[in-house]
Amino acid sequence: MTKDERYKKLKDIIKIYLPEDVSVANISMESHFINELNINSANLVDIILDVEDEFDIMLENEDMERMQTVQDALQIIEGKLD
Amino acid sequence: MTKNKLIQKLPYKTPFLFVEELLEINENGAKGTYTFSKNLDFYKGHFKDNPVTPGVILTECCAQIGLVCLGIYLLENDGSATTENIQIGMSSSTMEFLLPVYPEEKVTVTSKKLYFRFHKLKCAVKMYNSQGKLVCKGEIAGMIKSGANG
Repeated sequence: MTKDERYKKLKDIIKIYLPEDVSVANISMESHFINELNINSANLVDIILDVEDEFDIMLENEDMERMQTVQDALQIIEGKLD
Repeated sequence: MTKNKLIQKLPYKTPFLFVEELLEINENGAKGTYTFSKNLDFYKGHFKDNPVTPGVILTECCAQIGLVCLGIYLLENDGSATTENIQIGMSSSTMEFLLPVYPEEKVTVTSKKLYFRFHKLKCAVKMYNSQGKLVCKGEIAGMIKSGANG
């Protein structure tokens, strides 16, 4: 799986949980889940659970705490896939 | 922790405590009861001259027994967290209502844990009336954290 493929898969997961006033076009590598994409902490958990299923990985509490932006998420996913 | 002690740890009191007795609680779920007193204030307005328990109150009752009691139990069992000053917030609920609940009815709520991860607890809940008929069912999720150590 290439980096672009992982990014696309992640975006597909994130878009399910975006509030109505945020569109997929707003998602960039630098987007902060809570501050910029307006995703609440409960939906962030849903994103993490979906990421685990999609990439077949297991995330820990520390991973969740580090996962502030889309880029952080991709880095964590890459680290787990290695 | 005894079931009575657990009820005392709930962050609710009259007129918004909807847990009477906790019958069962373990890693996977909870079971408890509540009797809707005819003196509850909302019956004066829901509906005019025809008191019926509002669906939102049934949902709240399911959440307090099924989600919050279970959440406190799970946090406590975790060992790492204190359950003093817990912070809770309902994050989603999808409910179906099948039968009305009238004043003075006693209901039994059962919940089954779907997952408890990253402070989010999601449960499948069911409420039965005293005839054992299903009154409402659904899924409720919330965030639950102990206040002291975040």
